[in-house]
Amino acid sequence: MSKPKPTLESTFCGIKCLNPFWLASAPPTNCGEQVMRAFDAGWGGAVWKTIGEPITNVSSRYSSIDWEGRRMMGFNNIELISDRPIEVNLQEIAEVKRRYPKHVVIASLMVESKRDTWHDIVQRAEDAGADGLELNFGCPHGMSERGMGSAVGQVPEYCEQITAWVKEKARTPVIVKLTPNISDIRIPARAAKRGGADALSAINTINSITGIDLETLQPNPNVDGKSSHGGYCGPAVKPIALNMVQQVQSDPASALPLSGIGGIGNWRDAAEFILLGCGTVQVCTAAMHYGYRIVEDMQDGLLAWMTEKGFATIEDFRGLSLPNVLEWKHLNLNYKIVARIHPDLCIGCQLCYTACWDGAHQCIHLDRKSAVPDTTRTPAMVEAETARHISTTPIPKLDAGTLGHSNAVTPLERIPRVDEHHCVGCNLCALVCPVENCITMERVDNGLPPESWEERTTKGLVSPAARQVMSTNT
Amino acid sequence: MSERAPFDQQIVLQPELAARFGDLHPPLDRQAAMPEANRCLFCFDAPCTSSCPTHIDVPRFIKKIASGNLSGSARTILDANILGASCARACPVEVLCEGACVMHRYNKEPIQIARLQRFAMDSFYESGAPLPFEPGVETGLSVALIGAGPASLACAAELRRRGIRANLYDARPLPGGLNTYGVAEYKLPLVESLREIELLSQLGVDFHFGTTIDAASLAELEREHDAVFLGIGLGGIHRLGIAGEDLPSVTNALDLIAGYKSGELTTVPARVVVVGAGNTAIDAAIAAVRLGATEVHIVYRRGPEQMSAFSFEYEHARNEGVKFLWHVQPTKIRGDRSVEGLELTKLASTEDGSIIPQQGSEFLLATDLVVLSIGQATHTAFLSEHRNERAKVQLERGRILIDRATGQTSNPKFFAGGDCTNGGREVVDAVADGKRAGIGIAAWLEEQHVQA
Repeated sequence: MSKPKPTLESTFCGIKCLNPFWLASAPPTNCGEQVMRAFDAGWGGAVWKTIGEPITNVSSRYSSIDWEGRRMMGFNNIELISDRPIEVNLQEIAEVKRRYPKHVVIASLMVESKRDTWHDIVQRAEDAGADGLELNFGCPHGMSERGMGSAVGQVPEYCEQITAWVKEKARTPVIVKLTPNISDIRIPARAAKRGGADALSAINTINSITGIDLETLQPNPNVDGKSSHGGYCGPAVKPIALNMVQQVQSDPASALPLSGIGGIGNWRDAAEFILLGCGTVQVCTAAMHYGYRIVEDMQDGLLAWMTEKGFATIEDFRGLSLPNVLEWKHLNLNYKIVARIHPDLCIGCQLCYTACWDGAHQCIHLDRKSAVPDTTRTPAMVEAETARHISTTPIPKLDAGTLGHSNAVTPLERIPRVDEHHCVGCNLCALVCPVENCITMERVDNGLPPESWEERTTKGLVSPAARQVMSTNT
Repeated sequence: MSERAPFDQQIVLQPELAARFGDLHPPLDRQAAMPEANRCLFCFDAPCTSSCPTHIDVPRFIKKIASGNLSGSARTILDANILGASCARACPVEVLCEGACVMHRYNKEPIQIARLQRFAMDSFYESGAPLPFEPGVETGLSVALIGAGPASLACAAELRRRGIRANLYDARPLPGGLNTYGVAEYKLPLVESLREIELLSQLGVDFHFGTTIDAASLAELEREHDAVFLGIGLGGIHRLGIAGEDLPSVTNALDLIAGYKSGELTTVPARVVVVGAGNTAIDAAIAAVRLGATEVHIVYRRGPEQMSAFSFEYEHARNEGVKFLWHVQPTKIRGDRSVEGLELTKLASTEDGSIIPQQGSEFLLATDLVVLSIGQATHTAFLSEHRNERAKVQLERGRILIDRATGQTSNPKFFAGGDCTNGGREVVDAVADGKRAGIGIAAWLEEQHVQA
């Protein structure tokens, strides 16, 4: 029986989408010509580069973090909103919508915090044909110094007020873009919801200084020897974004249709955001790095995964992982796993060994050669032993015995052993191991029923003092 | 220090030689070195380190490349191996560090340790920085080192770092021994060896060149110094013991290699036969190709399974067009005034493993030059010719017997290392021997001092 052919078409807060892949409000959506090429490449929507009173930008504007030879693992910008006249942007939106009626164009807006000004820009954007509005309450640099962007997003009252002003006028869905530069993202999310927002998008960029040039002692990006904090994004911020998405989606007072943003570069990232409740995802850094063409595999890969999993639509799996994120106090304390090293896969790098000794619980040992387990031998003792070893270049003529010696098999003494009685199941060894499936974390049946901290506390099994420590930490 | 010119400026560079013997393994540039350095797993108690005779902390120097700490990387290398730049080029890493790399075990290319090591050392030279070690506070002690090859140089460096004077005596006009004169130019150019020794000499080493040590002068050195280190390498070249061996066009591999490296030999005749199938024989055969020979043969008594050359050296020779004749034995070198051909007899293996000539299988291999590469004997006569009846130090199968951990010989005041003790291994083995002996001498001298 053939599985049903899945579709990426969906509806997000009332807006019909060809697929959930939108370009975020950023340089890739700066003008109509770009957006049309993006639509040709397969993007389902574009959130226009934020429209407002034109600004003047600096040069340079971007900087990034490379990671062990990979470029742009983290990306930072100090570019402001659109530097093009409002009228030009709106004319181009109209043109794009005329040519691409089925594609989604969202107008990202940022104007000064006056009711009339917001009413005016909302009216003009919708008249141009925008399918929806995104209120930029997130931009953390430059604009915030002028009382806009994250300066609004960081104050719940402003956030609620401006959302409400926009809603007085808007005929299309209103999406509020949240800043992560707050202590609890649910606070501005709730404010936006109270203000009547139809949807949220998160996260905007994170305040950052990407680095200092050790030659010149100047920070990047360098503007005439100086810099300013910028907005951080790219693969590095994905875990932060996923957490904030989950927080918003798990909070009934915040939860709204959510467009996920933050480090999304491929279909896997997209699937993860959708599994935590996002209806669409927005991409910027990956498109700036590799171009619009990345959307082809985002569609292709997501559809293949949906087929494999039997999901026919985005809605079929949206939010499915949300119930799996709990507060710590609800986790099962009786769940026990231990590390198992598979000797046939072990290459003998001993990274798990050093990680466990220095970074975990000293329960991986190099004692496979000894008659009885030896948990007293420290890393320093192991190294000292090797340092005393005299090795020579094996010369066939001189070392007949070493002929045929092969390096293909890991010597037994280099394969670490896990002391399962002391292993706390922390995962560290499996995380540092460079070989797939060489270290697996396996469940040990301890015969105990599931029990959480909260259950233990309720049963009175936890001392009052320990309870207090817990409560101050939460 | 005397007013001498730097060693690497005492020779005339020959562009033609450099063109013929270009790098076998070209250097990495920074953009290539970085990702390669990042590929290193940073193993704990790494097999590459323990397989290196000098125990260079390979992951440490590689991670320093990755972090951009190039001076620290070079210091890590030099701290373990004072000839780290030479070894980066001359080492048979396929059977050492790179051979031990754990990457082999999951279908990945090993880390290019040698090229990374060269990158670190080249960067160090480029920076113009001085040797990152200071001589120790002068102790007033001194050691005579016989031979100025890798073993003695490494020993001298350890001694100088401990404030012990090092006097090196060598018959040649320049230091380095086989590191300077005996490594194929496409692996280690002569000038690079000298450049490294020039760096090392910043520790204040006293060189005495053109000095041959005999029994009498050895006795004098023994009196004048607190200890003696023997880093004399191997001496006499083995001979075939067949007719025609004294013809002018019969030479040996080491002379051929030293000849072209020093610029004295710039060409070879069209047809060359190399006798022997060790790594040096391969170097000589490839040199003959590069020097213009059109037909180069290696002849060997046994088969490819028994040859002592590393398999990658064998492959290299084949790629250069060297032809191999197995199971043949030279019986006569033909020629009047010069070599015309080499008479060979085919050999058959018997059940007990010995090889016997096959009657009537004789044939002639026409050639203009015969290069012998069938091993060397130890040059130890001067050690036993002393008036005193017994030999200075105990020998075993022609090698000087030492305690491997300290380099000390049967005579406590004499230490030794390198080819004369290990039978002829690699530069890195000699460096390791010399290093252990230097530390051993210092420890022994301190012990003497405490007792006195």
